[in-house]
Amino acid sequence: MSKKQEQVSVFIMGKKFMVPAASTIMSALEYSGFQLKRGVGCREGFCGACATVYRLKDDFKIRTGLACQTVVQEGMLIAQIPFVPAVKPVYDISKLEPTITIFKQLYPETFRCLGCNTCSKACPQDIRVMDYINAVERGDLAKAAELSYDCIRCGMCALRCPAEIGQFNVAILAQRLYGSCLAPKSKEMIERVEQIRKGQFNEEMAAIKATDKAALKKMYYERDIEPGESV
Amino acid sequence: MYPSYMHESLKLVEQTRPARLKIAREKGRSKIFPSMTAEEREDVLHKFHPDYKKDAKHAVRIGPNAGEEITTEVADILESWPRINPDTFEPMLKKPDMETDVLVVGGGSAGASAALLAEQTGARVLLVTKLRLGDSNSVMAQGGIQAAVNPQDSPVRHYLDVMGGGHFDNKPELVEALAMDAPLVVEWLTELGVMFDRLPDGKLKTRHGGGTSRTRMLSCKDYTGSGILRVLRDEIECRNERIRVMDFTPAVELLMDAEGRVAGAIVQNFETDEYFIVRAKAVVMATGGLGRLHTQGFPTTNHYGATCDGVVLGYRAGAKMLYMDSVQYHPTGAVYPEQILGFLVTEKVRGLGGQPVNKEGNLFVFPLEPRDVEASAFIRECLERNNGIATPSGQQGIWLDSPIIEELEKPGTIERELPAMVRQFKRFGIDITKEPMLVYPTLHFQNGGLDVNAQCETNIPGLYAAGEVQGGTHGRNRLMGNSQLEITVFGRRAGKFAAEYALALKKELPLNLDHVRAFSKEVQKLGIDRSRVSPILLPDYIPSHIKEKQMTSHYLGTVRG
Repeated sequence: MSKKQEQVSVFIMGKKFMVPAASTIMSALEYSGFQLKRGVGCREGFCGACATVYRLKDDFKIRTGLACQTVVQEGMLIAQIPFVPAVKPVYDISKLEPTITIFKQLYPETFRCLGCNTCSKACPQDIRVMDYINAVERGDLAKAAELSYDCIRCGMCALRCPAEIGQFNVAILAQRLYGSCLAPKSKEMIERVEQIRKGQFNEEMAAIKATDKAALKKMYYERDIEPGESV
Repeated sequence: MYPSYMHESLKLVEQTRPARLKIAREKGRSKIFPSMTAEEREDVLHKFHPDYKKDAKHAVRIGPNAGEEITTEVADILESWPRINPDTFEPMLKKPDMETDVLVVGGGSAGASAALLAEQTGARVLLVTKLRLGDSNSVMAQGGIQAAVNPQDSPVRHYLDVMGGGHFDNKPELVEALAMDAPLVVEWLTELGVMFDRLPDGKLKTRHGGGTSRTRMLSCKDYTGSGILRVLRDEIECRNERIRVMDFTPAVELLMDAEGRVAGAIVQNFETDEYFIVRAKAVVMATGGLGRLHTQGFPTTNHYGATCDGVVLGYRAGAKMLYMDSVQYHPTGAVYPEQILGFLVTEKVRGLGGQPVNKEGNLFVFPLEPRDVEASAFIRECLERNNGIATPSGQQGIWLDSPIIEELEKPGTIERELPAMVRQFKRFGIDITKEPMLVYPTLHFQNGGLDVNAQCETNIPGLYAAGEVQGGTHGRNRLMGNSQLEITVFGRRAGKFAAEYALALKKELPLNLDHVRAFSKEVQKLGIDRSRVSPILLPDYIPSHIKEKQMTSHYLGTVRG
C-alpha cells in the first residue's frame, strides 16, 4: 500500500483500524482483514445485506446506512447488523382480498404506528416509510405499494421502530396485492398468452428454427426497427 | 462532483446537446447514428473486445471439454483441487443427513423459480444457497425483462433478435423456449404480484434495449430484478411446508450413484463449518455467473457470490460446458467516483434516449448496438482514438449524457424511471438529471455455462442447470432483458422437469464420490499446487499486508481452512 494514501482511523465494533480515507465502510472492513460472509451482498446498494449502524465522532446520533454505499469518516464507530428478525406470516396470495382487513389479521402491529417517523429517518433509501405504513392504515394499498417500491429490505426501519412493526414485510404484501389484484390488467398480454397457448406461432417458429445461418443473417440485417420513441 | 479538470469536457457535452437533441427529434432516435454493418461489427469486436485479447483464453486440459479454449480464469478454477477429501467423506455417504426429491443450489431468481415449480409439480424441495435467499445477480438487474407482448411484436421476432445479438451461435431450442415462454412468465409473475410498469389502461410499458427490433423491454422502474425476486422469495417463504431453505450453505461437491446419475451434494454450513450429506433424486444447479473471478482484471457489476461454483461442480461430475470462452463486458460501468468503480449503469439509460459521447461531446456509435459491439466501440474510442476522459485514478471513460433524456421525454422522467441510478450517484454528489455519468465497460455476465437442452437437462442424468450457469441461450453475447427472462423461463423449466424426473425415479443406489477422486488424479498429473482449490466460494479481497500477518497454514480458495 502506498504510504501517501490519506488514511483515517475508524472503530470497527470498538476496535481501532487505519483505513484509506476514500473507503466505503465495506472496503474498510476488508482492508482491515475481515473476510465478510454476512453483512455483504451485491455491493452496489440493491440487496440490503449490509445494513450498518454508526456514530460519528463527537456526535450523539445513531446513524444508519449501507456499508457498500457509505464512505468512512475520521473517528467513525461502526457495527454491522447481520440479520433482522421480523414477523412473517404464511399466506396464499391468490386467496387474499386486497383490503385493509387482511393487514389487520396478518400484521396487526401495523396499526400501532406512533407517527414518530423514525423509520423514514432510518431508511438508507430515503423511502417515506411512515407514509406507506399510514397508507396501509387507510387501506390505500396502491399508494403503499408505490411509496415502498424502492425498499431493499435492509430492515433498519423495523429495528428502529418503537411500535415494533416489520415494515418491509408489510410492504411486500401491499406490493403483491397491488400487482396481482389491483393493478389494471394488460389486454395485450392476455391475448398474447392465449395465442401462444393455442399454438399460433408454432409453425412460424418451426420455420425460422429451420432457417440456415446465411438466410437468417439476411433476415436479421434487413428487419425493420420500430421507432418506439416513447410509450 | 467532478474534478475541475473535467469541466471543459463537460461544457462541450452541454454545447453539443442541442444539436444532438434536434437530430433525435427530427430523424428519430433510431437514426441518430448509423448502426454498424455485419462487417463493421466483426471488425470492432476482433480488434477491441476483451475476449479477443492475447491470454484471454487457454485450452482446459482435463474434463469433458479437454482441449477446448476457454476463459483463462475459468480454466484455472477447473484445473484445481476439490475442497474436500473424498476418502474422509466416503463413510458419511451411507447415512445422509438430509433427503429430498429436488435439491436446488442457488438462491437467485433461477433457483427460486425452480423451487416453486418443483414444489408445484409435487416434489419435496431443499434449496441451499451460499449467502441469503435472494443474494444473487438477479436482484441487481435494473433495466428490464424482454417479452413479446405487443401486437406489433411476436415471439418469432424476439427469436430473430436474440439470434442476431448472439451472432447466430445460440442454441435454437433454447432461444425458442426463451421467446415462447416469455409472455407466459410475465403472466405468472403478474399473478404472483410483480408490479410491472404500466400505462393507466393496464398496457405494459415497453421500450427498446440494445439489439431489439420492437419495443419489448418490460420493467419495474430500474429495480426490475429486485421487483421480481422479492416476490419469488416471499412466495417461497409462504410455501415453507414443502420448500426448505438453508441460507449460508454452499454446495461444495456433487454426489453420484453407481449408475452415473447425480444424486445429491455435500453442503457446508458456512458459519459453523459443518458438512452435510444431502441425498436428492435430482439437482438443479442455479448458482449464477463468474463476475467475481475478475477476468482480465476488470471490475464487475456482479454480486459478491458470483464465483462460478456451479460450473466447477458440474464439470467435475462430467457435465459438458458450452461457450465458456465468452464473457460479457457491459458497455456502461461507472468509472467515477472511485467508490462505485465497475457498478452497473443500466442500459435503460440509453433505452430512454441517453447518448454516449466522447470528450468533445460527440456521438461516435449508435447507442443501442448489441452489448459486445457497443462495449468494443467504447474501448476503441478511448484506446485507439484517444477520445476518452481520464479519471484521477488513471481509468478512461466515456460520457453517458443522461440529462438529454429530460428534454427528449419530459422533465421528471429520470427521477421516475431511474430512481436507483439517481440515488447511486447522488450519494457521491452527482446529479444525473443535470450532469452526465462517466462510464467504461465492466465485467457483467457469463455468456457460456453448462450445456443444457430446453428441459434444462445436462448430459449427466439427474443434473439440471438454469440461469446464468447454463450456456447456449445467448450464443456469445446476451442482449439486455434476456437474463431476467432466462432465469425465470429456465428456472421454471428446470424445476418442473427435475421434479418429474425425481418423482418417476424408483430405485435409489448407494452414493459415491468416485468422480471427485478421478478428477483429483487428473489434477495431480498436471502438477497443480495443493493451494489451488475450487469452488472458490468467495472472492479474495484481504490485502496482502494482512495476509502476511495471518500465518495461516493453508487457504482453501479464499476461505481459511
